[in-house]
Amino acid sequence: MLEQTVHEPPSVTDGGPAGPAAPREGGEGPRRGPGHDPARFGLWAFLGTVAMLFMGFTSAYLVRRESLDWRPLAPPALLWVNTAVLAASSAALEAARRALRGWSLGGARRWLGVTGFLGGGFLLGQVGAWRLLRGQGVFLASNPHSSFFYMLTGVHAAHLLGGLIWFAVAWWRLRRLALTPGTDALGLFATYWHFLGVLWLYLLVLLFVV
Amino acid sequence: MAHAEASHGEAHAAEGHAPQRFIWRYVFSKDHKVIGIQYYVTAMLMALVAGLLAMLIRVQLAWPEKDFPFLQKIVPAGYSSGFMNPEFYAMLFTMHGTIMVFFVLSTAPVSGFGNILIPLQVGARDMAFPFLNGLSFWTFLVGCVVILSSFFVAAGAAAAGWTSYPPLSALPSAVPGSNMGQTLWIVGMVFFIASFTMGGLNFVTTILNLRTKGLAMTRLPLTMWSMFLVAILGLLAFPALTAASLMLLFDRHLGTSFFLPAGLVLNNQPLVSAAGVPLHQGGSPLLWQHLFWFLGHPEVYILMLPALGFTSDILTTFCRKALFGYRAMVGAMLAIAGLSFVVWGHHMFLSGMSPYLGMAFAVGTILIAVPSAVKVFNWLATLWRSRIQYRTPMLWALGVVSLFISGGLSGVWLGQSAVDIQLHDTMFVVAHFHLIMAGAALFGVFGATAYWFPKMFGRLMNEPLGKAHFWLTFITYYGTFFPMHYVGITGQMRRIYDPYQYDFLKSLQPINQFITVSAILLGASQILFFVNFFWSAFKGKKAEENPWHANGLEWTTPSPPPHGNWPGAIPEVHRWPYEYSPPDTEADHVMQTDPPRPGEGH
Repeated sequence: MLEQTVHEPPSVTDGGPAGPAAPREGGEGPRRGPGHDPARFGLWAFLGTVAMLFMGFTSAYLVRRESLDWRPLAPPALLWVNTAVLAASSAALEAARRALRGWSLGGARRWLGVTGFLGGGFLLGQVGAWRLLRGQGVFLASNPHSSFFYMLTGVHAAHLLGGLIWFAVAWWRLRRLALTPGTDALGLFATYWHFLGVLWLYLLVLLFVV
Repeated sequence: MAHAEASHGEAHAAEGHAPQRFIWRYVFSKDHKVIGIQYYVTAMLMALVAGLLAMLIRVQLAWPEKDFPFLQKIVPAGYSSGFMNPEFYAMLFTMHGTIMVFFVLSTAPVSGFGNILIPLQVGARDMAFPFLNGLSFWTFLVGCVVILSSFFVAAGAAAAGWTSYPPLSALPSAVPGSNMGQTLWIVGMVFFIASFTMGGLNFVTTILNLRTKGLAMTRLPLTMWSMFLVAILGLLAFPALTAASLMLLFDRHLGTSFFLPAGLVLNNQPLVSAAGVPLHQGGSPLLWQHLFWFLGHPEVYILMLPALGFTSDILTTFCRKALFGYRAMVGAMLAIAGLSFVVWGHHMFLSGMSPYLGMAFAVGTILIAVPSAVKVFNWLATLWRSRIQYRTPMLWALGVVSLFISGGLSGVWLGQSAVDIQLHDTMFVVAHFHLIMAGAALFGVFGATAYWFPKMFGRLMNEPLGKAHFWLTFITYYGTFFPMHYVGITGQMRRIYDPYQYDFLKSLQPINQFITVSAILLGASQILFFVNFFWSAFKGKKAEENPWHANGLEWTTPSPPPHGNWPGAIPEVHRWPYEYSPPDTEADHVMQTDPPRPGEGH
């Protein structure tokens, strides 16, 4: 997994490939500025490839939607609850980040716990939504819209499960005091977690709005 | 993380920290050089398998009516009647293509030499994420095992072509190969993509973030530029195939209809449920083609670009002249990489595509000829009036230039939709991509092997054996693939089990026999390579630090480099790597690390 060695506040603008940089004067070895943290850059590159995966699904979705057998699926109301849970989980993570930066280890622990709890809740809620649909007789192969719904929510859930594993590692490290207070050591995890939140909103819009 | 250290003491500590136990040092290693060699050797063994499959294909095309009792003994399932089974033939070309494209020619140059060279050429102690790097190799190995195991399942390996078009690939009962073999194909590809993604993340991060002091992007060797672009192509293009593969798995096993339309008839039976309802409806087989080729076209540049990078590095070293037009070379690679994302439709001119759309794809495709011509022009200008040293790596680099021209020219033909309608799915296409994509990539790998062997094993490869291997390969390669142009123009389809069932193709049998003899000689010539490789790795002449008097950073450290890559501090860079015979000094070449001369521009 990506090693978490962020010592400085990360710059949010990083992520794109740095252009042809001028030769650096002074400084020994690889560049170490906040904009050149390898783990942060590597994470953004990974998010880029995940984004392309969903671009692939999106193009398939837009093409397939034009066919005659398309039956629009009504979103189960539970999805809105799940969305709120996931958003709350992201907010809790921000609170945990702030607490860690502000030397409040207890606060960091508390809010990180809430993050993971709500993240797990979202996952259970998604399973609940699938069960609701199954109860209505809407299965994976029922029609193309339901196929895409199950597949896209499933792939998103798989990425979220990865996020929960990352959460468990962060939680364990926080309990062992391996995350330095006063730093943004939860920053990388937060980037991934918020990305999954934004991705979920995107999927909702794609599946049920446009 | 080993890459961060730069000072003397820390470097020695890094060497001290190298794992001492054999299993951690050479098997589950996190050292980029060991991982690179693991990738490389695995890819070459996969090449052996895929090459043998090609031999069977060629034997079949030359003498389809002959029975070969010894082949029947070796592969009884493929020759159950004494002759080759048509189903087996389909498995042969499918697995030959799949293994060669992904598990050999994407792996050996990119994952193999990329891993070996990136930290050495950018001046880093290791890759950015060594653990991820080790994990990527073992993921790749699982993919290899899955793909190879498909030969041993009951119904046999996948048989829908390396492109796996549905419905053939989406209906498990379509042909024997569509069954378990196709599932294993998909699973193997997913492992491959996961491994390639981990590698790509390491490549871009290392090249962007871990360059040594003074090494601006504009001073990178072209090999590094090619690796950088290839990693980006992989990260952005492979997800499309991941998405498509998942949908294909769902269609195959979970009853969805992403790619399957209604009205399918299988073995004269309409595909309907007991109640008469179609099992599938509304899906689009073309959707798969779009997703596949959105990956597939960048993929062929993933194979090509490293070879172009190696060639630039090797050519300049052995003609002792500065590279002509460095910035144009970088620009050309950027243009090729960029255009590769908008030309995938030229694989689908015959899919019922609107002629206007086809025109757009054709124009984009032919535009690629411009940066390609820039590259060839610059190589020729580099060679112009130089005193060429014909060492083995140089011969391979010249071979790449030759193949890039002869294969590129037919690419301009095929890129035009009107011409492609005639030549599509004929042996002409097979000739084209074997020359440019497969051939150039393969020659690039052989050149890189001979050139960077000192950094892999601390020894030099045997020159006479290497030259014999080159000339035999060069002649038989053209002997195999050049006549295929004629065969294709005459009308012989690709992927056909017995061309001579058509009267108008009967006259082609002697040419096909010539091609087959060439191909078998080509295959046999590779024995020289394997002998040379293993003999030289253990018994070859010991190599000094910089046996070719080249300029790059990798030549400033012992051969082979120690754990941590430089025994002392990581050197600082003062110029580009192509300073050969500079006009203002007596020196034959100036290393990237040599301090600036008085009056030097930089």
